[in-house]
Amino acid sequence: MQSLTDRFNYLFRSTQGRVLVAIAMIALTTAVFSTLSGPMAEWGIKDLSVRFLGMKLVEAEREGRIVLLYHSIAMAVIAIEVYFITATVWMKDSQRVTINTAVTFGYLFTLVFGLWFGYWGHNWIFHGLYLFGLALMFFSGILLTVALWPFRREHLVKDRAYAHGPNGVDQERLAFFTMAIATLGSVIVGAIPGSFFGNGFESFLAEDVIREPEKTGLQLAVIGHLHIMLVLIAVAIMLVVARWLDFKGILHKIAMPLTIWGTITITLGAWLVVPFETMAHNIIYAGSSLVMLAALFLVIYGFRKLVGDRLAEQGITQAGFGQKLRALLHDPLKFGALWQMVYMNFTTSGPGIFMAITLDKVIRKWPAREERIILTGHWHMLSAIIATIILFYFADQVGLRGKARQLFGWVILVGSDLAFAAVDVFELKRLFIGEAAQQPLVDWTLLFADIGLGAVMLALAALMVWRWVDLFKRNGHWKKDATAPEVAR
Amino acid sequence: MKNAWVFLLLMLLMVNCATAQAARLSEIEPNVSADGWARVPAGKFLMGQHNHETMIAYDYEIMVNDVTNTQYARYLDDALAAGKVRIVDNQIVGYYPGDPFHGARHEEQVTAGDKLHIPLRDPWLRLAFDGTLQQFAAESGYENHPMTPVSWFGAKAYCEYYGWRLPSEAEWEKAARGVDARPFPWGGTIARNNANYYDSRDPFEKAAGKQGDTTPVGYYDGKTHDGYATLDSPSPYGAYDMAGNVWQWTGDVPVGKHHRYLRGGSKGSYDYDLRVWTRNDARPDYYDTSIGFRCVR
Repeated sequence: MQSLTDRFNYLFRSTQGRVLVAIAMIALTTAVFSTLSGPMAEWGIKDLSVRFLGMKLVEAEREGRIVLLYHSIAMAVIAIEVYFITATVWMKDSQRVTINTAVTFGYLFTLVFGLWFGYWGHNWIFHGLYLFGLALMFFSGILLTVALWPFRREHLVKDRAYAHGPNGVDQERLAFFTMAIATLGSVIVGAIPGSFFGNGFESFLAEDVIREPEKTGLQLAVIGHLHIMLVLIAVAIMLVVARWLDFKGILHKIAMPLTIWGTITITLGAWLVVPFETMAHNIIYAGSSLVMLAALFLVIYGFRKLVGDRLAEQGITQAGFGQKLRALLHDPLKFGALWQMVYMNFTTSGPGIFMAITLDKVIRKWPAREERIILTGHWHMLSAIIATIILFYFADQVGLRGKARQLFGWVILVGSDLAFAAVDVFELKRLFIGEAAQQPLVDWTLLFADIGLGAVMLALAALMVWRWVDLFKRNGHWKKDATAPEVAR
Repeated sequence: MKNAWVFLLLMLLMVNCATAQAARLSEIEPNVSADGWARVPAGKFLMGQHNHETMIAYDYEIMVNDVTNTQYARYLDDALAAGKVRIVDNQIVGYYPGDPFHGARHEEQVTAGDKLHIPLRDPWLRLAFDGTLQQFAAESGYENHPMTPVSWFGAKAYCEYYGWRLPSEAEWEKAARGVDARPFPWGGTIARNNANYYDSRDPFEKAAGKQGDTTPVGYYDGKTHDGYATLDSPSPYGAYDMAGNVWQWTGDVPVGKHHRYLRGGSKGSYDYDLRVWTRNDARPDYYDTSIGFRCVR
């Protein structure tokens, strides 16, 4: 009995255990529901899944189901980020416990009952429990925001190497706080149209209304909501990575204010999409530039640190280019987390900006379904990039070392980047090939995407198996993680 | 080694091209008349994904099938002779009086003037033009396939030449769906041999890849064609190919938007895009091998 209690405590009361459970839930959800579309549907797996699992799929409810699905996955991702934040940003133990408990129940209720409601008939009790889960998530967000309040005396910076305001206010903590409060507001921007459309069962996917000349305020709110939520999730993981690499010094002092003002600006821009759509875009561009600049400074700092630390470890004082490069690539987890921020510019930000600039001149010369493919690819890739950074961080935190660390890191990095590049070519194929002649290109790009994503899935599965097997050991890694003190500052 | 890879890639490319060409030579006769009309009675029906009750207060008829290459070739011969369309720079063009312009965001002005109907040099056009006789003919094997590529202007001109018109979105959807809430013209679920869509594994896909090629109009009539068993998949009013094969232009001119709506999904669409309420849109001068049309009267 004690051994069960110990393992339960690890899984639901330690940071690494909680994250492990959340990743496992996402992996399970992805494994099951990915069989319903894409290549799995083409191979006939969808029919088997539906029959074997007894799903009740009504054609007219497809969009509603998808909304439930990605909210379920998003809540688990947000829970993971909350666990990371509460573990690395100093707060009272009582606050940490309350926030983590609320967010754990929140995402589990959302995920389990949301999917149950959406895919296995409409039991309204489950719908209520799904909403209860979302409410718990919001509640935990309020608690987190309170806990992150940066203006208390005990939270002022003690080490002046970190960004701070004139009164010693910790700018990094302020950035976390800004992100949290922006998230709460942005949730409300989505919750209002969500309850309107959900209540009348008129749920829709934003990519299906993009060309409507007159969008309603509520439709615009949905579009603003989904964009800003993904941005804020990205900002949160960027700040977590900053902590991981002990980001400090002059670049930190520049990057943190940029992050704060960028977050505020993008958030306001996304909210202003509702009343002032045209102007809002310019505000979003300005805010995005600030945050992307901050990420660039983090990457520069991180690359230098990776090289410096490794060379110092090797005792090399005068290194050539090759040695520096090898040092940079020595740790695929830390390098990978930073590299993904760079790569994102080529695969998502770049194409996104291109699309915005050429919308009328190029993109809208094509049928709406072509534009839809670009949009869908765009946010799938951004989500996946964030997911890989989370995996790099988690693998480091659970003590993946040696060859396993190398293999896991490089497989995730190369596999995902191969897939992203292939998807980019796929989604922008109309730039260089006509519809009638596209099939060979489609086949090749989707093959590379499948190979890349398959490799990522295998690496993730290996990590999961390792951790679950470890749970059966009396003195496995889990025991150390369960009792490890939080190292927040 | 490097040369071997280049050679392999070239070989694969050639195989792909060769198989696409093979698909264009298939000959399958439809079992449903290409000239039939389906009558749709006046009354209410459920429109859109969320079943909004909509009234169409008049009876109308819709073509049982998409307009075929043969039909369009015949029309071009007549319309050219009558001076309704002209050949300019290897394009069939015709006059269009323009749209009202509202200055909405992203809206482009569609002005009065000659507009592109058919690109004569498009390699995927299945019509041959004899300049001496000033006559068109459908490419062998494609006589009964839907007419593609054709712009919205070209589709509209065809219908209007015979005194008909393109269906409004509401007319199209009612003809496809009837008066119940079904998602597909034939019922509640979709099977691979209900319609021509992405990876539906019809015989034309074997040669041309998952995106496939157009199938003859009325192909999904419950009969077995060259060993491929189809399911009879008409709409409640008897119209065929209201899902899959080619997207179909509708006649509405949206306010504040220059794009025109397309319905029905195509050979290149996933199954969910074949649901009767799914909308696509494109500029009125856009054309490709996945867009055709039919008329109402």
